[in-house]
Amino acid sequence: MISWITNPQHWTGSDAIPLLIGQHLAYSAVALAIAVLIGFPIGLYVGHTRRGVVMVAGTANALRALPSLGLIVLLVILFGPVFASDLAFLIPCVIVLVLLAVPPIMTNTYAGIAAVDPAAVDAARGMGYSSLGVLLHVELPCALPLIFSGLRSATLQVISTATIAAYVSLGGLGRLIIDGLAQRDYFEMVAGAVLVGALTLVVDLLIALASRFTLSRGLMR
Amino acid sequence: MTKSLLRNAVYACATLSLMALPALAADPFGTAAPKRQSKGTIIVGSANFPESQLIATIYAKALKSAGVPVETHMNIGSREVYIPALIDGSIDLLPEYSGSMLTYLDKNATASSPTDVATALKAALPKGVSILTPSAAQDADTVTVTQATATKYHLASIADLKPVAGDLVSGGAPEWQTREEGAVGLTRIYGVTFKSFKPLDEAGPLTLSALVNGQVQAADVYSTDPSMAADHLVALSDPKSLFPAQNVVPIIATAKVNPIVIKTLNAVSAALTTDDLIKMNVALGNHESFNEVAKDWLKAHNIK
Repeated sequence: MISWITNPQHWTGSDAIPLLIGQHLAYSAVALAIAVLIGFPIGLYVGHTRRGVVMVAGTANALRALPSLGLIVLLVILFGPVFASDLAFLIPCVIVLVLLAVPPIMTNTYAGIAAVDPAAVDAARGMGYSSLGVLLHVELPCALPLIFSGLRSATLQVISTATIAAYVSLGGLGRLIIDGLAQRDYFEMVAGAVLVGALTLVVDLLIALASRFTLSRGLMR
Repeated sequence: MTKSLLRNAVYACATLSLMALPALAADPFGTAAPKRQSKGTIIVGSANFPESQLIATIYAKALKSAGVPVETHMNIGSREVYIPALIDGSIDLLPEYSGSMLTYLDKNATASSPTDVATALKAALPKGVSILTPSAAQDADTVTVTQATATKYHLASIADLKPVAGDLVSGGAPEWQTREEGAVGLTRIYGVTFKSFKPLDEAGPLTLSALVNGQVQAADVYSTDPSMAADHLVALSDPKSLFPAQNVVPIIATAKVNPIVIKTLNAVSAALTTDDLIKMNVALGNHESFNEVAKDWLKAHNIK
């Protein structure tokens, strides 16, 4: 397995390991960015206003129950006639990953805001903060630890699930797993699995570091 | 010490026999006691996919109307299950595909053309098992394009792809890339190299969707796939036999072969074509029953 990874042949060409890692991170990053754009504002709104709590929880749980592999095949077949290009594979892949990433981001943002000490919010109001001011200067900073943990679990799930892109002809590290299985090259398969695991751990570590530098010291105590 | 050993041994035997009991009862073929039926009766079996069950139904109906007593045992499983059942006498007759059956019996087989495969298969058959005359009908891997692509580039055979393949994207199962009966053989035997390859599924919904919608222009599709008719696909001919022939052939317990059986099954094989299989697979896809589809086909070909 180690020798498979270190074999120079596997570092060049159309299936080069760095290229596959790049594709893997690109799918994941696009999906996470879209998921943040969707999940974060909804979480903020619901946490701040306490409106639509039931709907957010219900939607999040329903989304979590979706089987990613089945969904990606279904979407590829649905989108097939719409795009003649590779978009017919890329868009379904991103949709599936977004649906996977939205629930943890959305629910953790909501839960983080909702769990802020009401005394702090009242004090801020009393000092003349507007509703938006309360959200941005009091609730959001206090909720950051939970928001980061939501982002972390979303990232982990997306990076490990982005392997399914390879099932619908796209790249990424899933290529090694799926091609390895099809061609009975089990070293290639194991190498793919190990690389996905390693990539996930590295990215997780980076987010952990980032959260360390952005969180208020007061919250870390 | 000795006592406890003995006791353990007794327990082990008891447990084993208890485990063996339900296993025996659950074995549909009763491995312990092979049961060749009363002399004339032929037990027709089939693999666990619709086309195999359909052809088996046709065999059974044709034999029945020829006056041969028939029992059926459909939907048995994979080759690994039904070939042992054929050898031990639990079933007598099955429809098979010549190339796959040959590879099952001889992993290193290299025969590819219909006649070579049939000859090699005959030589590789286990004792007590025979094949009758293969049909021209095949369910083989094909390089398939849409009617529009075929018209645009004047394609009829894989060889016609040579000058234009550089503009076309191919698709198929991931192993296609590295297999002799795939991209490797296409280049070696026909000099055909596609612009790129998209790893999809094994002639499944993803491959068909990509082919029909233009994400790929050529794909590995099975020659009797109902989409051949439904989506106006064209299977390119394979004059140099890159893909091993997969002729439909009756495989039968030698003890059950007699002139009436030979005559009846040969008549079925002679009349059956790949196009018939496509049409019948379409009918099966429309939820018609095996019995109905088999009956209609026999009637249309006047086999009694």
